[in-house]
Amino acid sequence: MSAHRATPAWLALIPAAWLAVFFLIPFAIMLSVSVAHRVPGGFFEPGFEIDSYARLMTPFFGRILMTSVAVAAGAAAICVVLAFPFTVILAGMRARGQTLVLVVLLAVLSLSEVIIGFSLSTLLSRTAGVGNLLAWAGLIAEPRAYTPGLFALMLGLCYLGLPYAVLVLYPPVSRLDPELGEAARIMGASPLRVFWTVTVPVLRAPIAGAFVLVFVFTLGAYLLPQLLGRPRHWTLSVHITDQAIFQSNLPFAAAMAVVLLLVSLALVGVSLLLGRGGARA
Amino acid sequence: MSRLGRAFVLVILGLLLAPLVVVAGVSLNGTQSLRFPPVDPSLRWYGALWSNADWMAALGNSMLIAALAGVLAVAVALPLALHVWARDGVVARALQTLGVAPFMLPPVISALGFLVFWVSVGMYGQMTATVVSHAVFLVTLPLVTISLGLRGIDPALIEAARVMGAGRWTVLRTVVLPLIAPYMISGYAFVFVLSLNEYIIAYMVAGFTVETLPIRIFNSLRYGYTPIMGVVSVLFVAVALVVFGLIGRFGNLPRLLGAERARE
Amino acid sequence: MTELSLRGLTKRFGAMTAVDDVSLDIPEGRFVCLLGPSGCGKTTLLRLIAGLEAPSSGAVLVAGRDQTDTPAHKRDFGMVFQSLALFPHLSVAENVAYPLAIRGVDRATRRNRAAELLQMVRLPDLGDRRIHQLSGGQRQRVAIARGLAINPRVFLLDEPLSALDANLREHMQMELRQLQQRLGVTTVVVTHDQKEALTMADILILMDGGRVQQVGAPMELYRDPANAFVAGFIGNTNLLRGHLRGREMAVAGTTLTLDDGDRIKAPDGPAILSVRPEDTRIAARGVPARVTFLRDLGESVQVVMDMDGTEVTALFAPRDRPDVSLGDSVHLAFEPGRRVVLPA
Repeated sequence: MSAHRATPAWLALIPAAWLAVFFLIPFAIMLSVSVAHRVPGGFFEPGFEIDSYARLMTPFFGRILMTSVAVAAGAAAICVVLAFPFTVILAGMRARGQTLVLVVLLAVLSLSEVIIGFSLSTLLSRTAGVGNLLAWAGLIAEPRAYTPGLFALMLGLCYLGLPYAVLVLYPPVSRLDPELGEAARIMGASPLRVFWTVTVPVLRAPIAGAFVLVFVFTLGAYLLPQLLGRPRHWTLSVHITDQAIFQSNLPFAAAMAVVLLLVSLALVGVSLLLGRGGARA
Repeated sequence: MSRLGRAFVLVILGLLLAPLVVVAGVSLNGTQSLRFPPVDPSLRWYGALWSNADWMAALGNSMLIAALAGVLAVAVALPLALHVWARDGVVARALQTLGVAPFMLPPVISALGFLVFWVSVGMYGQMTATVVSHAVFLVTLPLVTISLGLRGIDPALIEAARVMGAGRWTVLRTVVLPLIAPYMISGYAFVFVLSLNEYIIAYMVAGFTVETLPIRIFNSLRYGYTPIMGVVSVLFVAVALVVFGLIGRFGNLPRLLGAERARE
Repeated sequence: MTELSLRGLTKRFGAMTAVDDVSLDIPEGRFVCLLGPSGCGKTTLLRLIAGLEAPSSGAVLVAGRDQTDTPAHKRDFGMVFQSLALFPHLSVAENVAYPLAIRGVDRATRRNRAAELLQMVRLPDLGDRRIHQLSGGQRQRVAIARGLAINPRVFLLDEPLSALDANLREHMQMELRQLQQRLGVTTVVVTHDQKEALTMADILILMDGGRVQQVGAPMELYRDPANAFVAGFIGNTNLLRGHLRGREMAVAGTTLTLDDGDRIKAPDGPAILSVRPEDTRIAARGVPARVTFLRDLGESVQVVMDMDGTEVTALFAPRDRPDVSLGDSVHLAFEPGRRVVLPA
C-alpha cells in the first residue's frame, strides 16, 4: 500500500499552506471585517460591532435576500428540469456525438457573465433580436424589446446555469447501469415509464445535488441582474459589490457575504447529506 | 435514441447557440449600430479591435493572467491530488474539500474575501493579486482532472516500478507524471479559459488598475453598445471552442467529465 | 410446438457483423444454452430475441407470430441481466413485483405474488430488505424471481451466474435447471462456460464469429461435432491433421483404417481427425509418439505426448495407468467407433 503512495506526506504542506493563506485567511479577514467599524470615505478599522448585521435585519434587505433566493431557486429548478432529460439523452449518445455536445456546453459554461449578458440583451433587443424577427415574420406589429425584465433575467440565469447543471448531472447519469432501464423495458415499462419509475428515482440524490449547486451558482450571479433585470431584481450579489466598490462600505459588504456564505454552505451541506443518503439506499 | 429525444437535445443546443449567432452577426455591422441581420456587412470592427490600444492592452492583460493562473493552479493541484491519491484519512479528506470549495461557493463571496485580503496585505490593485486569486478560485478544475487521471492508474504499475528498483521520485517522474500529463494539460486548459472569462474577482481585486477583457466589455456597455463587443465575444467563443475542441479531439472528453463509459 | 423461431437473424454494427444469418426453432418448454467464446455474438443474439436491439435483417417469431417490430416492453418476456439490474431504490419485494405494478396489478395481489415468488426461490423472509443488504447468491435469486413474475412466454438470462464463486455457481446451475423444469418455461441462457451449458441445457447452441456452429443435445455435440471448432470447444479433444482417402486416414506417416462406427464428415483430401483423450490409448502398434509430460490428478492420469510435432493427450483411470515415463517412445491407438474426421 505504501508503495502506491507516490509522494511523501510533507509535500502536501505546500498546497495546504497555499490554500490556507490565500483561501482560508481571506475568509477569516472577511469575517473580521464584517464586524469591523466602518470609516466613512476610507476602508475600515478593527473593532467588534454588529451594526452591519443589524442593518441586514431591516425589511429592505430581507426583501433583497428573499428576491435573491426566489430568483436563484426558480432558475435552478428550470435548469434541472431541462438538464436532466437532456443529460439522460446525451449519455445515451455515441462517444463522438457526446464529445461534440460537451464541447459546446463547456464553451457556453466558460463564457463570461458579461458576454452572456451582452449576447442576451442583444438577442432580446428591439433592433437585433427576437423582437425584430417576430415583427419581420408578421407575428407582432412593432419590433419590441424583451429586456430588461424578470423574463430576461430568468432566461440569462438559466443560460448561465444550464451547462453547469448538465455537467454536474453527467457523471452519475452516464454511470447509471444501462441494464436497469433495459430490465424495466423487458418487464413491460414503456420508455416514458422507465424514465419515471427507474431513471428519476435511482438518480434522485444527484438531481437534488444538481439543484443545490446550480442554485448556489446562480445566487452568485452579479452582472446578469444588472444587465437584464430592473433594479428591483437586484440580488444580494449585486448589493455586495455595490457596497464594496461604490459605497466603500466593506464591513456591510462583508456581513452580506457572510450571510450569503452561510446560506450557500447550509444548502451544500444539505445536498451532501442527501447524496450520502442516496448512496446508502 | 428516440427521434423526440434527439429533437430535444437539438432545441436546447440551438437555444444555447442562438445568442452567440446573433452576437456574431452583430459584429459584422458596417456601421456603429447593433442590427441583426447586420446592415452593410464588413469586417471593419475586427480590424478596429486590433488597432485599438485600450482593447489590445485588456486582451494582453487577460492572456497573461490566464496563462500564469493556469500554471499556478496546476502547480498547487498536482501535489494535492498526489497526496489525496491512495490516502484516505481526515487530513486527505480535509485537503480535498479545501481544494474543491473555492469553485463551489458563489464567486462573489470569494471575490470579496480576496478583496479584503489584498487590501490587508497592501497588494490591492496589482496584477499579481488577480493572478493568485484566479489560481485559487480555479484550482478545483486541475484538481478534479488530475485526480481522475490518477484514479485510472493501475497501482500494480507503481509497485512494479518499485520492485524494479525505482525510488519514489523516479516512479513519479518516469511512471506517474507521463501517465497523468494529458490530465494536467486539460486542467490547465480549463483554468486558462475560465480565467479569461472571469469577471467578478478580477474586478473586485484590481478592476480599476488591471483591466481585463470582461471588465473592459462591461465598462464599455455603460457607454452604449458597439459592434466591437460582438467581436470580442466572438473571440471568446472561438477560443473556448478551439481549446475544448482540441481536448475533445485528442483526449477523452466524456471520461474527463466523469463518464465511466462512453459507447463507441 | 415451436415457441421461439429465429429467421435469418442478422445484426451489423458498422462494418462488424455480430450476428450472421441465424435461423433456429426452439420448442416450448426447453432449456436452451447459447454457448461460445467471448465476442461470438451470443449476447447480441439474446438482445435481439429480447427486442433490446433491432436486427439489421431477419425476424423473431414467438408462437408463430412475428414479433420483430414489437418493442421490448410489449413482448411479455422475463430476463435476468449480467449485472442483475436490480433496482437500488426499491425493496426486494418491490423489485419482484415491478413487472406486475407496470401492468396495473393491484397492491394486494402484487404482495401475494411477490411472497409466492420469493418462496419459490427460497428467500421467503427477505421481501422488505434493500438490495444492497443481500448477498450475491440472494441477489441472484431475486433477479430470477423477478424475471419469472409474470409467467413470461420466454425467459432470457445473460451470463446470470458469472458473478458467483465456483461452488455457489454449481449449486445455482442445478437449482435454476430444477426450477425451469418445474415451471416448464421456455428458457434461453447465454454462457461462455461449457460445463455450465452441459449441466443445464436440453439444447445447446454453439456460436463462433456470429454464426451458429452446431445445434443439438449436449452429448450430441460432444460425440458428433460438426467441425473442429465444436470438437475443441465442447470438452477436450486431440485434433490431428492428416489426409483422408475413402476409409483410409493418414496421420503422421501412419495409415488408420476407419470402421463403420467412426464418423466421416469431410471429403477426401486434407482433413482433421478428432479423438477425445479418454479414447486415446497407448498400444503395442500404432502411430509413434514420445511422452513429454505426465500429470497425475488422483482421479485420473494424463499423459501428454508429442506426435510428429502435434501435442496429443491421453486420459486414463488410475487403475489403467500405463507404465510409461518421461521421454519414452510409445505407439498410439485410437478407439474404433469414437473417431471423427472433420473438414480441415
